[in-house]
Amino acid sequence: MTDSSTVQNASVDFKPYVNVARTIGGGVVMLILTFIGLTAITFIIGRIMPNDPVVAIVGDRASKEVYEAMYFQLGLDKPIWQQYLIFLNNVLHGDFGNSVMTTRPVIEDIKRFFPATLELATIATLVGIIIGIPAGVLAAVRQGKLIDHFVRIVGLLGHSIPIFWLGMVALLVFYAKLDWVAGPGRIDFFYDGIVEPFTGVILIDAALERQWDVFHNALSHVILPASMLAIYSLAYIARMTRSFMLDQLNQEYVLTARVKGLNEGAVIWHHAFRNVLVQLITIIGLTYASLLEGSVLTETVFAWPGIGQYITNSLFNADMNAVIGGTLVVGLSFVFINMLSDILYRIVDPRAK
Amino acid sequence: MKITSSFMKASLAAVLATSVAFPAFAETPKDTFVIARNTADAITLDPAECFEFTGGRIVANLYERLFLFEPDNLTKLVGGIAESYEFSDDGKVITVKLRPGLTFHSGNPVTAQDVAYSLGRAVKLDKTPAFIIKQIGWTADNVDEAVVAVDDQTVQINILADMSPALVLNLLSSGVASIVDMKEVQKHEVDGDMGYAWLKDHSAGSGPYKLKTWKANELVMLDAFSDYRHGEPEMKRVVIRHVAEPSAQRLLLEKGDVDAAMELTADQLKGLAGNSDVSAEQYPKGYLMYMATNMDHPVLSKPEVREALNYIVDYDGMVGSILDGQYKIHQNFWPSGMWAASTDNPYNQNMEKAKSLIADAGIEPGTKITIDTLNKSPFKEVAQSIQASLNEVGIDSEIILSDGKTLWPKYRARKHELIVARWGPDYSDPHSNADAFAHNPDNRFEAKLTGKLTWRNAWSADGLTELTNQAAAESDPEKRASIYAELQQKVREDSPFTIMFQAIGTFGQRANVDGFVNGVTSDQAYYRTVTK
Amino acid sequence: MMSDTTSRQNTGLIAWLLADFPQNAFQAKCQRAYIGWLSFKTNPIAMFGLIIVTFLCLVALFAPWIAGGDGDTQDLANRLAAPSAEHWFGTDELGRDVFARIVWGSRVTLYIIFLVSIIVMPVGLIIGTASGLFGGVVDKVLMRITDIFLAFPRLILALAFVAVLGPGLENAVLAIALTTWSPYARLARAETLTLRSSEYIMAAEIMGASKARVLFAHIMPMCMSSTIVRLTLDMAGIILTAAGLGFLGLGAQPPLAEWGAMIATGRDFLLDQWWVPTIPGIAILVVSLGFNLLGDGLRDVLDPRSSGGQ
Repeated sequence: MTDSSTVQNASVDFKPYVNVARTIGGGVVMLILTFIGLTAITFIIGRIMPNDPVVAIVGDRASKEVYEAMYFQLGLDKPIWQQYLIFLNNVLHGDFGNSVMTTRPVIEDIKRFFPATLELATIATLVGIIIGIPAGVLAAVRQGKLIDHFVRIVGLLGHSIPIFWLGMVALLVFYAKLDWVAGPGRIDFFYDGIVEPFTGVILIDAALERQWDVFHNALSHVILPASMLAIYSLAYIARMTRSFMLDQLNQEYVLTARVKGLNEGAVIWHHAFRNVLVQLITIIGLTYASLLEGSVLTETVFAWPGIGQYITNSLFNADMNAVIGGTLVVGLSFVFINMLSDILYRIVDPRAK
Repeated sequence: MKITSSFMKASLAAVLATSVAFPAFAETPKDTFVIARNTADAITLDPAECFEFTGGRIVANLYERLFLFEPDNLTKLVGGIAESYEFSDDGKVITVKLRPGLTFHSGNPVTAQDVAYSLGRAVKLDKTPAFIIKQIGWTADNVDEAVVAVDDQTVQINILADMSPALVLNLLSSGVASIVDMKEVQKHEVDGDMGYAWLKDHSAGSGPYKLKTWKANELVMLDAFSDYRHGEPEMKRVVIRHVAEPSAQRLLLEKGDVDAAMELTADQLKGLAGNSDVSAEQYPKGYLMYMATNMDHPVLSKPEVREALNYIVDYDGMVGSILDGQYKIHQNFWPSGMWAASTDNPYNQNMEKAKSLIADAGIEPGTKITIDTLNKSPFKEVAQSIQASLNEVGIDSEIILSDGKTLWPKYRARKHELIVARWGPDYSDPHSNADAFAHNPDNRFEAKLTGKLTWRNAWSADGLTELTNQAAAESDPEKRASIYAELQQKVREDSPFTIMFQAIGTFGQRANVDGFVNGVTSDQAYYRTVTK
Repeated sequence: MMSDTTSRQNTGLIAWLLADFPQNAFQAKCQRAYIGWLSFKTNPIAMFGLIIVTFLCLVALFAPWIAGGDGDTQDLANRLAAPSAEHWFGTDELGRDVFARIVWGSRVTLYIIFLVSIIVMPVGLIIGTASGLFGGVVDKVLMRITDIFLAFPRLILALAFVAVLGPGLENAVLAIALTTWSPYARLARAETLTLRSSEYIMAAEIMGASKARVLFAHIMPMCMSSTIVRLTLDMAGIILTAAGLGFLGLGAQPPLAEWGAMIATGRDFLLDQWWVPTIPGIAILVVSLGFNLLGDGLRDVLDPRSSGGQ
């Protein structure tokens, strides 16, 4: 993937690969440490939550005996570090306990809600890539021109708009007034349950089973919330692409290529952009991870049954297990995606230290 | 410039493409009734445990009870599964004959054994609503002797507490006394849990609908029961969609994506006026909005302050604005429209009187208190109106908004100061609310009588407790009614409660919908009479 | 604009600021700042940001005179009135003047910014500089903790924190601060590492200055400018997060005129009384845009490389 004009040494050098291995090793250590940190903090949050976890399960009219039985069953009489170890052990076995709100194992809920968020974040990131990268490149190439200012201002706007507010307005305009898209929710109920939740991502499941009605309905539901999130990813990706490209375009090899009389398109796409690509991977990873958690507000506005809404709902319902499980899963995927893009970055570009 | 314009053109084209790709959507199917509602409170559909508004309404359509209210007359208690009943001379035994030929969804016949099992199961599981029938004196140990199947069609019900049989009939009409299909439930029993784990999200009843799916916080789907005793309902399917936002509910309703929206605000209902496809509906509702003071609080517990609170509320102002069409003034603990309800509303806003009362109590200007309330309309607006009035009489207040799951535990732990809250009767007898507003046998903190508003506000209800007991045991309806009148007056005059408003049930529905009947108690919602 | 007239003369202060050979470190710093300002001035976008932020500060400062009311006065008879000469932005669901609430809300916004800054800056600076200066085990431990916090999903963690602390403006701020400080520690550490080997730090150490003195007197002030730039860039994010928490009902509590909470209560009125939720939305948009433009311009000035220079 590296550009020939920037690689000075063609002979095989194993050192970068050792570094890659070390990076992966370091990444795993970091992952474990972060995991412990995450579980510890979520555990503490769960324990000092102002709501009584026992009452949340047995109800407030329960007799003393019922209350105490649940108190012991939850292990609340044990010292706090022991409770944490029990908690950690359960988490490692994928057991987050039962959700009070949905009465099912939290892990089952997460399996149901997380794909919805993934779907939203993935589409938003894709839109961000498809529009953001060309826009960023264009802005860098035409630096200082109108298009540059335009991209820059759009980029800054994307970082300044309260998405939950824009979502409300967009829903009103595109759903209520113009009737271009479907309303809140993930799918209309009469399309619900037609396709088997194979991946949990309705769009993919529908496409796999060639249920184009379902696909169409799901798509018309996802387009608006995904666009809202895409504004953020688009803004960030365009802005970073622009600044990376500028860096490259000012490099000597670009000048050399231009002097040599290479055509401008080739200079931009074959030389400069190739080098930017590597850095962009990290940025895209970062965007994707932040969209996973950043969708909380969008999900609320669009009644999107995703993990963010699940966590906020659970929070309001003092459903500790669900809050902890949801936070952990989002946190871990966050860490995991970041680590993955980091490793990818180092594999693609062994020069990175 | 050229690039800019082509970029603009491209984005415009993208927008246009979207519009072509996603045209308007069809209406809901003809035989399906779709309701938008915030179902976040639903945690179980087991009648022995269900005590939430959403769950209560669904359970009422899945199961039948011995006695119930039919949609054609929501105030007349009639036989449901019971065909007839007889009181013994001493008023301690009720003998109930069941309707012949009824079946459960499974096809099993409805028998007296099912009745005995269901009532026993509710008492033995001892979940939140069990207190309603436990008042009859039943416990896990004695309920099997108290409710006995004499033969397949006859049940003998023994009243073990000092309670009038009329009140017992009312208690047996509550959701917790729903009759479940014993054979079906026993099939799914795990470790002697009486089907507790299974019945949470399954149904085994004889009601007009059976549960198809329940995806928590997404939707509930009900299918019509073809052998229902009043005939198969017209709506073959009922879908309750979880939509938390009233504004989203309204959009869905106006677009025809749902047939009814249950939680529209007064302003939104007014906004529907311009759309002939939809209509705003009203029904009598039993919720009360009240303000209560913690009697452990040094300032708020003073009788003058409590009396002053009666005068600071801008009753007319709020009913004419933020509560318009959603609440009416009602200052008694038993909602109007119900038997024995008092309709005297003596208090009006009178800031001069309130000021002089506050002065009499020797309250320093600038005294600080907190107001707890629910984080939703219209509670937060009412709290803010009260806050403004309190400010006028020299009391500074801070509003703390919480969701129910945070607010109620705080209330039950007596950690509030002033609270603006709501209360709905658990069953259709004044004892339901008298028990909450005027009955407190043990005011000690350790007693944890958290189901009673008296206890939550640390009020011992001296004298009223005995009066409430007396009313419950009285079998002469006229005498009972007069005791309740006295109780209501006493609570109005001297208690931690300032009962302010009674809710008017409202919802929006599509113009083609007819026959969606809702009633005073929270579980009176009839899907089977709906036509489209 | 004002400095345009003075810069022509090049006397006194200006001459001192533009002298070819600064006499001392202080003058050198001032010169850097002044030259930065000159370049900042030429950037219209950044200037626009500065104007917005200054405007916000002025509005907040003179709120009592601008608002024409306390923003909490209810007028139930005149609720949800459309924008008019009397109520420029209309009235809300309790008949309160939306314009007055927006004006008073600017104070809340500034208050949030102020609180987050005074928590995040010292925490980030101390952890980062200490980590960079002491190195070794201290560095390892502190940076691992920082990395863990960096890896957390911020909004969700803030939600969880608010759930524990209880809803309220200060708690929301605390939750935001708790999840925001980590990048600052990283930034400060990186700066410290480059500074540590610089001559004047070495000189100070040879002169016998204690580690603490080096940390507080020499390194920390040098890290301030990059921290402030980063904070300005983050400001919009902080404002949006605070508004988001307010929107979810976990931030400011009524009757406080916080813009996010105003949107939350106003959303029910979007269809019929659009101004109730729309105006606070625009207010948030304008202010966070202002901070973004300002931060972007500041970064151009202080770190021309990152945006490719002008």
